Amino acid sequence: MNWLLLLEQILNGFQLGLLLFLLAAGLTLVFGIMDMVNLAHGSLYMMGAYFCATFTGWTGSFLIGALLTLPAVFLLGVVVEMVALRTLYARDHLDQVMATFGLILFFNEATRLIWGPIGLVIPLPEFLNQTVEIIPGAPYPAFRLAIILVGFLVAGLLYLIVSRTKLGMLIRAGASNRDMIGALGINIRLLFTLVFGLGAALAGLAGLMAGPILSVEIGMGESILILTLVVIVIGGIGSIKGAFIAAILIGLIDTVGRSFLPELLDLVLPSQTAATAAPAISSMMIYLLMALVLAIKPQGLFPPKGVGR
Amino acid sequence: MSLTPRQMINAALLVILALLPFLTDWAGDSFYTGLVARILILAIAALSLNLLIGYGGMVSFGHAAFIGVGAYVVGIGAFHAFEDGIDWMLNGYIQLILAIFGTAFIALIIGAISLRTRGVYFIMITMAFSQMLYFTAVGVETYGADDGLSIYSRSDMLGLIDLNDEKSLYYLIFFSLLVVLYLMHRLVGSAFGNVIRGSKSNEARMRAIGFSPYKYRLTAFVIAGAIAGYAGFLMANLNDFVSPDVMHWTRSGDLIIMILLGGMASLFGPLYGALAFLMLEELLSSIPLTIGGLRVGEYWQLLFGPLLILVVLYARNGVDSFLPGARKSP
Repeated sequence: MNWLLLLEQILNGFQLGLLLFLLAAGLTLVFGIMDMVNLAHGSLYMMGAYFCATFTGWTGSFLIGALLTLPAVFLLGVVVEMVALRTLYARDHLDQVMATFGLILFFNEATRLIWGPIGLVIPLPEFLNQTVEIIPGAPYPAFRLAIILVGFLVAGLLYLIVSRTKLGMLIRAGASNRDMIGALGINIRLLFTLVFGLGAALAGLAGLMAGPILSVEIGMGESILILTLVVIVIGGIGSIKGAFIAAILIGLIDTVGRSFLPELLDLVLPSQTAATAAPAISSMMIYLLMALVLAIKPQGLFPPKGVGR
Repeated sequence: MSLTPRQMINAALLVILALLPFLTDWAGDSFYTGLVARILILAIAALSLNLLIGYGGMVSFGHAAFIGVGAYVVGIGAFHAFEDGIDWMLNGYIQLILAIFGTAFIALIIGAISLRTRGVYFIMITMAFSQMLYFTAVGVETYGADDGLSIYSRSDMLGLIDLNDEKSLYYLIFFSLLVVLYLMHRLVGSAFGNVIRGSKSNEARMRAIGFSPYKYRLTAFVIAGAIAGYAGFLMANLNDFVSPDVMHWTRSGDLIIMILLGGMASLFGPLYGALAFLMLEELLSSIPLTIGGLRVGEYWQLLFGPLLILVVLYARNGVDSFLPGARKSP
């Protein structure tokens, strides 16, 4: 086994995991606090990437583009929440699934109308568009490293907000018992809108960071949305800690599995069978994990306190 | 026997569907027979899903996977008959049995695990399982992987019915729809149906009077899966093609849209929903309006998306709420 390759894949796993966490953090809060299934979360991720591509084009700088994208997606999230989603909180999950499915169609088509059917490219500045040798002999793209750093930074910041501030206290209380904090005189509507905007901004951040390495295209939100849903379900809906652990776990399993499963299968199966089975099994692995977790712990690994009724 | 206005509308719809191949012959455009056949197949699948969603309150988000399994049975059978000369694999009755019991078996496994969970978790786990089946289909190179599988010969029904004849196939599909409608009608009205509906509205009370909802739910899940597998069998024969795309989670979303568009409180709802869904697609995408050099129809989902939201917000029972004698809530 090639250890340098393994190391690189582990770093890639962390990078995917942290991207997933940025998406999952917002989604799990919306899910947990508002009991709202939001399939359109992937669309906000996509809008983050498209906004960033546009702003980078206007200003000529990726960093300024990124800084402009965050408030833009925050605002978009607030508008979507106030216009379309607010009335859905009281509805059952089926209605929410349907309405946000409608939002996905709308966002995809609107994107095609505004930016055209061909994907965009986000050019990276020089200092991010190179490799660094964190370990001698193993060059690693600086931008992917930056994603990992930003991911950890935001995770830490989010932890501080949720565990140390008044807003965080309300968020945690909301995830445990929505009705009670309403009864205690908290303005839930405002809290919901704020949390949704925050979640949108995080999704936008994930989108603008994924843009340069994947591609900025229509439908980019859907595939990652499913991964994100898997993450929050495994982690336990409403739990930031669960989302973080599950995201890293999924990132690692998916990335490392895809590159090493063929070799592992080769050891136990005839090589012909292994070669055909490996791609299918490696893309299934995370779903297997999810089914396994739910079969054993139907509320996910870390359900928020007071939820496991 | 006197019919209520609602029953008359339903009957009129069935009469039109029964005469459709002749109507399109008369109009000289047989394109619509194929389109309506596709709608009816999706209606069969949506009807089976409505047993879970509408009557049982189980929002399964992976129903399209069962359609895919049924379709792949036909595809794989035709593939081996064509490539390796294994003739029995083209036998329509063997394919039918495999499609129905194969999906029933898969539904049994998926249901047994998924039904341990509730609410959002159930939505997600059924979707996860359907994604597993989707990726299985994507991963198997022998059967075309991403590109799908062309079906060079339709199921051989041993002379009883010729599926290569578009009219015969249409009537097979139409009668299948009638049978499924009747089956649903009987099922929902039976003691079994009462337990399923009772578990939706109040599970605790259902337990208190001595029923264990799990068994009943699992049975419903298996029945719905098997019917969807049968729909897959029909679809593969209609399209002469099967690809992983039929199992994608967005296809499961389409089925749910149909149920909501049609109205889940009623027997005929999914049929109206499937009609409305594909008709809207046809209609919206052929809007002749042009604004600023852009043809509106090309961006039909821009209208369809918000329309869905409006239906969810203001017309909770979809088409059903516009028919005479609509109930106020499901």
